[in-house]
Amino acid sequence: MSRGARLWLYALAGLVALSVVRTVTGADDLTSAGTMRAAIIAAIPIALAGLGGLWSERAGVVNIGLEGMMILGTLGAGYYTYYQGPWVGLLGAMMFGAIGGVLHALATVVFTVDHIVSGVAVNIIAAGVAGFLAEVFFADLEGGGPTQSPSLERPMSITVPGISDWSADLSAQRWFLVSDLAGLINALTAGLSIFTVLALLALAGTGWLLWHSAFGLRLRSCGESPSSAETLGVNVYRYKFLAVTMSGVFAGFAGCYLAVVASSGYANGQTGGRGYIGLAAMIFGNWRPGGLLTGSLLFGFTEGARLRQGGESVHALLLLIGVALLALAAWQLYRARRAVALLAATVGAGALWWYLATEAVPDSFTEMTPYVATLLVLALFSQRLRMPAADGQPYRRGEAG
Amino acid sequence: MTTVRRLMVGAAAPALAFVVAAAVTSVVLVAAGDSPADFWRVLLSAPDPRDYVAIANATAVLYLSGLAAAIGFRMNLFNIGVEGQYRVATFAGAVFAGQALLPGALNTAATILVAMAAGAAWAGIAALLRVLRGVSEVISTIMLNAIAVSLVAFLLQKVGRRQGETFRTDTIPESSWVPSFPLVPGESSQVYGLALLAVVAGVGFAVLLNRTRFGFDLRATGHSESAAVASGVNVRRMVVYTLLLSGAVAGLIGMPELFGGSHAYGSTIQTGIGFTGIAVALLGRNHPWGIAVAALIFGYLNQQASPLGVTADISTEIIAVTQGVVVLSVVIAYEVVRRYRVRAEQAEVARQLRRERGAQAVSP
Amino acid sequence: MSPDAVAGGGNAAPAVRLTGIAKRFPGVVANSDVDVEIRPGTVHALVGENGAGKSTLMKILYGVQKPDEGTISIAGEEVAFASPADAIARGIGMVFQHFQLADNLSVLENVVLGAERLHGIGARARTEIERISAAYGFALDPDELVETLGVGQRQRVEIVKVLYRGARVIILDEPTAVLVPQEVDALFANLRELKSEGHTLVFISHKLDEVLAIADEITVLRRGTTVATVTPDTVTAHELAELMVGAELPTPSSGESTVTDRTVLEVRGLRVDDAAGRALLDDVDLVIRAGEVLGVAGVEGNGQTELVEAVVGMRSAVAGTIVLAGTDVTRRGTRERRESGVGYIPEDRQRHGLLLDAALWENRILGHQTRPPSVRGLWLDRGGARADTERIVDAYDVRTPGVDTTARALSGGNQQKFLVGREMSGDPVLLVASHPTRGVDVGAQAAIWESIRAARRRGLAVLLVSADLDELIGLSDTIRVVLRGRLAGTFDPRTVTPLELGSAMTGADASEPA
Repeated sequence: MSRGARLWLYALAGLVALSVVRTVTGADDLTSAGTMRAAIIAAIPIALAGLGGLWSERAGVVNIGLEGMMILGTLGAGYYTYYQGPWVGLLGAMMFGAIGGVLHALATVVFTVDHIVSGVAVNIIAAGVAGFLAEVFFADLEGGGPTQSPSLERPMSITVPGISDWSADLSAQRWFLVSDLAGLINALTAGLSIFTVLALLALAGTGWLLWHSAFGLRLRSCGESPSSAETLGVNVYRYKFLAVTMSGVFAGFAGCYLAVVASSGYANGQTGGRGYIGLAAMIFGNWRPGGLLTGSLLFGFTEGARLRQGGESVHALLLLIGVALLALAAWQLYRARRAVALLAATVGAGALWWYLATEAVPDSFTEMTPYVATLLVLALFSQRLRMPAADGQPYRRGEAG
Repeated sequence: MTTVRRLMVGAAAPALAFVVAAAVTSVVLVAAGDSPADFWRVLLSAPDPRDYVAIANATAVLYLSGLAAAIGFRMNLFNIGVEGQYRVATFAGAVFAGQALLPGALNTAATILVAMAAGAAWAGIAALLRVLRGVSEVISTIMLNAIAVSLVAFLLQKVGRRQGETFRTDTIPESSWVPSFPLVPGESSQVYGLALLAVVAGVGFAVLLNRTRFGFDLRATGHSESAAVASGVNVRRMVVYTLLLSGAVAGLIGMPELFGGSHAYGSTIQTGIGFTGIAVALLGRNHPWGIAVAALIFGYLNQQASPLGVTADISTEIIAVTQGVVVLSVVIAYEVVRRYRVRAEQAEVARQLRRERGAQAVSP
Repeated sequence: MSPDAVAGGGNAAPAVRLTGIAKRFPGVVANSDVDVEIRPGTVHALVGENGAGKSTLMKILYGVQKPDEGTISIAGEEVAFASPADAIARGIGMVFQHFQLADNLSVLENVVLGAERLHGIGARARTEIERISAAYGFALDPDELVETLGVGQRQRVEIVKVLYRGARVIILDEPTAVLVPQEVDALFANLRELKSEGHTLVFISHKLDEVLAIADEITVLRRGTTVATVTPDTVTAHELAELMVGAELPTPSSGESTVTDRTVLEVRGLRVDDAAGRALLDDVDLVIRAGEVLGVAGVEGNGQTELVEAVVGMRSAVAGTIVLAGTDVTRRGTRERRESGVGYIPEDRQRHGLLLDAALWENRILGHQTRPPSVRGLWLDRGGARADTERIVDAYDVRTPGVDTTARALSGGNQQKFLVGREMSGDPVLLVASHPTRGVDVGAQAAIWESIRAARRRGLAVLLVSADLDELIGLSDTIRVVLRGRLAGTFDPRTVTPLELGSAMTGADASEPA
């Protein structure tokens, strides 16, 4: 089965599972159009940050500076959108993000500083710059303040007439699977931000570029075996530098999305660690665009569910997690992987017990969901992942052969 | 290379970094329409006596935080989770101390141990994920930071007392408080007694790292994991011990304030120290003395920047820009200096060998 | 025989002419005054000891590094290469000793990388690769991942990479180092075919019989400079060797047998698996007695690395037992094994033997973290470590300004002498030596051989793994061959020939024509 077909199958399976859970628990908001919309809005910034990570790490540079580049993106979006509208705002955000990318590239590619160290430094600088400039930019504006911008103009959104109404009706019927699917369709056809479409295009475009073009082959070769690339005349520095800069561009886009689509303006601390979650989504997705989108949707969905009927929806999800983990445990036990089976069974049983023993999940816990999910996913699947062979390693010209 | 030259080369990197940071900061100020002259005037003015105390307190706390990060860094373990470990540990310590299960100083001592244990336990999760499941500690500690914040907030609501809008833990009995001591004679504000923990931890770190087998194993693993394995170091065990130790030291960060100032855990808890500690460790080259100098510089900058908004109408956030740029430029400068050193040393070896060979050729 | 015995090749401009090339690295002069002239359509061999500067010279010719002095002419035209891309554009290709392949990319991707303009990265490229592959009998599948290929296949991918770019001058850096004799024959057949099609081949090696078999002309490098250019019919292997070394050849000969009947290491039924549960080593039995050197021959990747790591304790045994001096150490870690007297000279000294950025005296402690003189109880004994480092530096003739110098600053040979000295410290009972003289100069090689021999006389048991069959035959008391993770045969070094070992190493029957 092709990678694409498998992805569709997973998506369908996920929807069926959610539908079952909704029917069993009666947490009807779990797959409502509203939740789906919230999930998409939560997922896109994560996916864009992950996309930035993908560019960088496919070229062999680990990028935990994504968070900082994303912060710069929110600031750029805030500033430029306020004065010149969302499209210029997007460009401004990308430019600000790219500055972060260039910094990281300079440190890691040119000076071979440890990638983690450089990433941490970029994050510190970005937070400082954003905090300072936000006050400079917004403090004196009407509706703004030292830590936030005034409300910003949103980019246009798309509503497909007909389908959107029809799916909204269907979604409200609460029929098994049909209504869940309709909820999803409604989220995609009513009030869909143009930036969401652009983000998905960026994902697909990256997938094509990296895996089906000469440029992409060269870029990936820098992450797999830079010395081979060098001996074949590829300018490894140039590709790495470009890739890390592009990483900043997409992280900037992620920041822009947060500022003008997911909320109504810039605010200090708006990213809330989403850059890191994006990185986690990329790792979860095995350094591939389809995988990272899946991971982002997963994280985005937990956040979307939390934002809507937090306690109830997340509580319903516990059932799904519990059952899924127990099934995984059984499968791993059959495959004689006892450690994974034990881990999955313990957490799965815990989730089930929690589901049965309580009525709703406290808010503090729902806030943790994406982080706990990340840890759990990494703990269970980290050994199946394959990162680019030279990811994170310093490269110097002239040492090949 | 002579010792003098070695020291000069070593000092060149941080000096260069500060010049770059000063330049970048000034440029940013100009671009924002602020006056760099005002900025530097405020920043470089002599601190008041009470500022000295504040700087000393901040330095002690930042030193502990930097140390916690540095322990991992020396082994190439990136414990980004000092912040989370510090929060969990301080909360656990505050709850324990507030129970007053033990009298007076005994309660204080036990609390410090409880906090260290809690910090170590929180770091231990990342350690176990790393050695059992191969999860990078970078990602896991970042996630654990976020989880720690939510978890502590949740638990505080469960065990704490409501105080207006917020919650705080039971106040520690007065008999367990640690008295502060005066730094500047005649000045009413005083340095936290437990700031001395920083000195103890620093000496302990230096001795452990440079004088013991464990320290050698730790440094060897940091230099080259493969060589360490071949020499008989059990790297998995070292990862666990080192992260536990790092977490335990992170547990100390909140103690000076807890026993000397706040006497409870509440919404006034200082946030972000764990992240600043990473910067301090990087600036200080993960070296016991280096971290001390870096902590002092950061403490000084933070304190001196606080009146910026009032006296010069410049956002105090600018100081974070300075600090960030210092960190990035210092790691770059260290790398440049390292390359220079390797070259110089190789050239010296070659020179010496040529001299030797020349001498042999002359002798019959 | 004179250094300029070969006349210039007729009227045609030389395919490659290197004049007065010099290249210095910090602390090392890799090349100086190098003059080489390579006639078109010939196989030109470049021979020299390890460290004679062959690889550096070829990296210069291929544009990986820039010369400090001297000129390069291709087909009569002077050129300057800023990167391999320039060299490739001039029709030069290189097959590296350490293959430059990305494991996680397909054969096709590895081949077209950097040359996407020629035939794209799709169907046309695939057709072209299949055409080249078929023309030389390579049987490569363009869509296979390189990580699944064996050593011989990988080398073919490297050759296809070069041909795909239409290279006229092909440099092969030690192409036979990783091949068994039978694969070498297949490679030579390919090389002759390439020559007959008009390609110029530069063949780098230090295996003189191979050089004499394939080359039209031979240039000898010694200590970074060219000392002679000769033709195979005017020179014997022995003369060539003396040109390379510049003196009488040292030979590894073990002398009188010192084997006792006291068993030091006994391995029974040892099995080691990879992460996926496939056996890397299976059913390995071996015994080494005090005063005995057991040599292990094998093609790289047949389990000798795993055997060494299992004995040292870096890999755990899935089945079987390892008994050291009467104690079962199968479940013990590397540290405990070292404490009971195992010395270890690793295959890759920079990765496994040294802390490159630490001082020599600190490196003295490495591997001896629990034993005097460098450690007292839980504390380091800096004085003791320094004093003992001084001793090693003196006794093993390590050329260094002092014990505070970092390991990185030393040359490869001196690093290795230091390493051998350290591992011989503390009276080991078993020395596990993996390629102990790989990449070191002749002087250091002789010194290392002598110290192994001396320790053997004192009753040391040695497990010796080496790719250098002469070294194995010269030092060992017994030779075992490892093939696909199993010990296949036992040979007496006094009677065995390299060719017989080669057959055993490939699993080919010895009677088959090689």
